[in-house]
Amino acid sequence: MGFGLQFVIDVLSLGGAYALMALGLVIVYGILKLVNFAYGELIMVAGYTMFLLGGSALPWLVMAAVAVAMSMLAGVLTDYVAFRPVRAKSVTAVLITSFAFSTLLQNLALLFISPRPRPVALPEIFSETVTIAGVVTPVRNLITLAASVLLLGLFALLMRKTVLGIAMRAAATHFIMARMLGVPANLIITSAFAISGFLAGVVGLLWIGRIGTVTPGIGLEPLLIAFIATVIGGMRSMSGAVLGGFLFALIDTTLNYTLSQDLLKFRDAFTFTLVILILLWRPEGLIKGPATGQRT
Amino acid sequence: MAEPMLAVEDLEVRHGAIRAVRGVSLHAAPGELVVILGANGAGKSSTLMAIAGALRPASGRIRLNGRDIAGARPERIVRIGLATVPETRDVFPDLTVRENLTLGSFIRRSDRAGVAEDEARMFALFPRLSERAHQPAGTLSGGEQQMLVIARALMSRPRVLLLDEPSLGLAPVIVDQIFAMVAELKQSGLTILLVEQNAAKALAVADRAYVMRLGQIATEGDAAEIRSATDLGALYLGG
Ligand SMILES: Nc1ncnc2c1ncn2[C@@H]1O[C@H](COP(=O)(O)OP(=O)(O)O)[C@@H](O)[C@H]1O
Ligand SMILES: [Mg+2]
Repeated sequence: MGFGLQFVIDVLSLGGAYALMALGLVIVYGILKLVNFAYGELIMVAGYTMFLLGGSALPWLVMAAVAVAMSMLAGVLTDYVAFRPVRAKSVTAVLITSFAFSTLLQNLALLFISPRPRPVALPEIFSETVTIAGVVTPVRNLITLAASVLLLGLFALLMRKTVLGIAMRAAATHFIMARMLGVPANLIITSAFAISGFLAGVVGLLWIGRIGTVTPGIGLEPLLIAFIATVIGGMRSMSGAVLGGFLFALIDTTLNYTLSQDLLKFRDAFTFTLVILILLWRPEGLIKGPATGQRT
Repeated sequence: MAEPMLAVEDLEVRHGAIRAVRGVSLHAAPGELVVILGANGAGKSSTLMAIAGALRPASGRIRLNGRDIAGARPERIVRIGLATVPETRDVFPDLTVRENLTLGSFIRRSDRAGVAEDEARMFALFPRLSERAHQPAGTLSGGEQQMLVIARALMSRPRVLLLDEPSLGLAPVIVDQIFAMVAELKQSGLTILLVEQNAAKALAVADRAYVMRLGQIATEGDAAEIRSATDLGALYLGG
């Protein structure tokens, strides 16, 4: 019983984080049909903002808000630097510029901060534990779970109930038709990058909260997780991204619980095998989403 | 003659190396219903898409209500008063009928009362849409989707409406409904540029007509003239 509860909490809190990561990637993909390879660096930006603000006397929540704002800014900047100038030219060009921008941000961190891990201020509560029905659980996991539920809910509300959200969903299926109804392309794209940065910022705080330090390469794993989750769930739909995130967390956690110490170091190999099997079964991901038009 | 509501001069549109539209000039006076006829591939849709801003003209001038719109972004052209019903219809399939209409009124979204009023009017005009207001638009029949796309276009309160083959692939009863509606819209004072394969029906409601062939205007004149002077079947066989 206790074991089962712990498993469920682990899957849901990890899955929540994975789902947010995936959603941040897919919101841009849905609109532009392009993967933002500099997505992981948005998480890095949140981390280094926390590090740089670490010496200040600001309350933690204020620092966190600034960090998320910086991620959003970096997201919008990605569009202006890496996407907008070459978007109309070719997919390959954008792949290269977004890789280049990712490398540039990492190198800036290497050069001006340090290649070594830097500490990030965390509130006390992140290192506390509570006992629920006999199971000792880190409060951090519960915070992650609560934050994910809250953000997924807010996100759904934004997409369903606001005109901007409806316009973004429309633009994801027929961008040019949405524009012919007066939806400005730049508004949609900038919003997508800002939301992507927001999700990356929040998830970055939670993610970095697990280790307490930030490095220039911190964004690689979240990018990979987001990418795999969206591929499993279906690149074309936001619900697919969320489902993929939770499923990926389920696979990871199950392997963590069942593999012996010897095999655990091969966990990623097992994970990827399962991912490949899922893709062989459903090449387009679990949720297909609407057939989409071409890029714009 | 009063300044035309819509005037196209020497329009050229290319798809890569294909010159789809080669020096087309046409105009529509305020409140006029103008039809463009012509075989498949004649360049009718390319002309409409260039006017709407979805395709960038290679050259030429386009004036809408006295303003130059050639090469302008589609989102700006709607604001000047032009709404488009494309040949591909393009409902947003996973959005509900209501959400599709909401997007139609995107440019007037601050006028909540006016938008609510127009939405009620559309639902009264198209009861089928009202019944399906909360269904994804992708679940509608072809005819219902066409009604939705027309209603969605009207939600922006345009002065000029571009209609690209609205009767394409629809049952005869629905086709008649659509032509009746087009005639009604004309009565309300809307300027309409209609592309149609159904020449007889289109000429019956239109004021004037252009016939396109191989990217150019082959013939133009009063709808009645074109109807009596032209072998309508040849319009399409001629290519
Ligand atoms: N997206 C496109 N890419 C390449 N060629 C196109 C495209 N759209 C139309 N064409 C070509 O341009 C010409 C005009 O097409 P179109 O404007 O659709 O004519 P119509 O609407 O009269 O059938 C045709 O030769 C067609 O094959
Ligand atoms: Mg056509």
